[in-house]
Amino acid sequence: MTSEAWQIVLFTIEVSALSTLLILPFGIAIAWLIARRDWPGKPVIETIVMLPLFVPPVATGFVLLMLFGHNGPLGSILQRGAGIDVVFTWRAVVLAGAVMSFPLLVRTAQNAFQEVNTRFEDIARTLGAGEWRVFRTISLPLALPGVVVGTVLAFARAIGEFGATVVVAGMIPRRTMTISLAIYQKIQLGHDSEALPLLFVSVGIVFITVLCGQLISRRKGAR
Amino acid sequence: MSLRLQGVRLSLASFTLEVDATFDRPIVGVFGPSGAGKTSLLDLIAGLRRPTAGMVELGGTVLSDASASLHLPPRLRRIGYVPQDLALFPHLSVRANLVYGYQASIPENGLFTLEHVSEVMEIAPFFGRNVTTLSGGEQQRVAFARAILSVPRLLLLDEPMSSLDSRLKQRLIPFLLRIRDEFRIPLIYVTHDAGELASLCDEIVLLEKGRVIDRGSPKDVLPESQ
Repeated sequence: MTSEAWQIVLFTIEVSALSTLLILPFGIAIAWLIARRDWPGKPVIETIVMLPLFVPPVATGFVLLMLFGHNGPLGSILQRGAGIDVVFTWRAVVLAGAVMSFPLLVRTAQNAFQEVNTRFEDIARTLGAGEWRVFRTISLPLALPGVVVGTVLAFARAIGEFGATVVVAGMIPRRTMTISLAIYQKIQLGHDSEALPLLFVSVGIVFITVLCGQLISRRKGAR
Repeated sequence: MSLRLQGVRLSLASFTLEVDATFDRPIVGVFGPSGAGKTSLLDLIAGLRRPTAGMVELGGTVLSDASASLHLPPRLRRIGYVPQDLALFPHLSVRANLVYGYQASIPENGLFTLEHVSEVMEIAPFFGRNVTTLSGGEQQRVAFARAILSVPRLLLLDEPMSSLDSRLKQRLIPFLLRIRDEFRIPLIYVTHDAGELASLCDEIVLLEKGRVIDRGSPKDVLPESQ
């Protein structure tokens, strides 16, 4: 592989890891809120969270472009307030990966929290634990295998992200070029032989990641 | 320690739990068929469910008062609860389970120390083990000890021996009597087993479809067991 290809691989792993880390606290919090609490508007929020799974990724990218573009409501605030550009930078790649993998994390973590016997949480409360301690010492540790599986799936999804990324981040060499974008570009240019190593590397990364998720899931089942 | 339930109501799936009673004997047994509302009654006393009407008072402290929208959360009630499935935390060791609710700050006495409670319940050798590796009787004693170490003002036991055979039940009864006599914690004991009630309880409350239909000494309420 060329040094350019290695740079693309490392960049993709970095932005995917960053997007996964970014959504982790929010994903866990929303998953827990959906699994354990009833609140007004819950079905609406659940639907919004799931939307990126079903809306065409380029449409999601377009929404992000409108929101985070220089004239968009969020983009203009970030630009004027903190001098941060999002679109067509590495931040847009992280953002697209985060949005597209968020539903996988939430859905998997939500199932994990729902599988925790509520009696454990109830008894922890009678033993003097407040809600934060119950979450930290009972709910989260017991749901952890499922949360880890969700995290792994979210990372794998971010690695393969294409549609939203191409719209909101473009295909700028050494700035926003991920494995998926590079494979697409090389095929378009007829450089199939340059696309092949990237193809094998991306399949390898996702295979190992999803395999880890499967092994954790099996361990959880065996407990 | 007197527990008073005044006009307490709680809507359940097929009937409404309606209880108006005072529990002031050391061990009160709650007896009744499946689905009579026994566990719901304990949940309500522990604060895990809110009554739709009425007042719950323990030792002069109001725990719930629906008319005043007052509901003291379970963590502030100091009411121990051993549920039917024991709910020992499976990801923690025996020791970590025991100290989970340990109230070191309550200066009542030196009786409620980890060492003493473990000695009384004969569980000290299991400290480092995971709770899932214990036998049924050992798990039972760990669950009792965990509840005792939270220094409760009242201990609720929901069919704690239902999964044990009669030989193990007989072995555990002295441990329950020690909770009453040594730690002086009043118990509310829910069971299906008339024999357990006769050997343990000072008073029995008979619950059917959410209502108290009889109460009195085991001899009066369970004449066939005598």
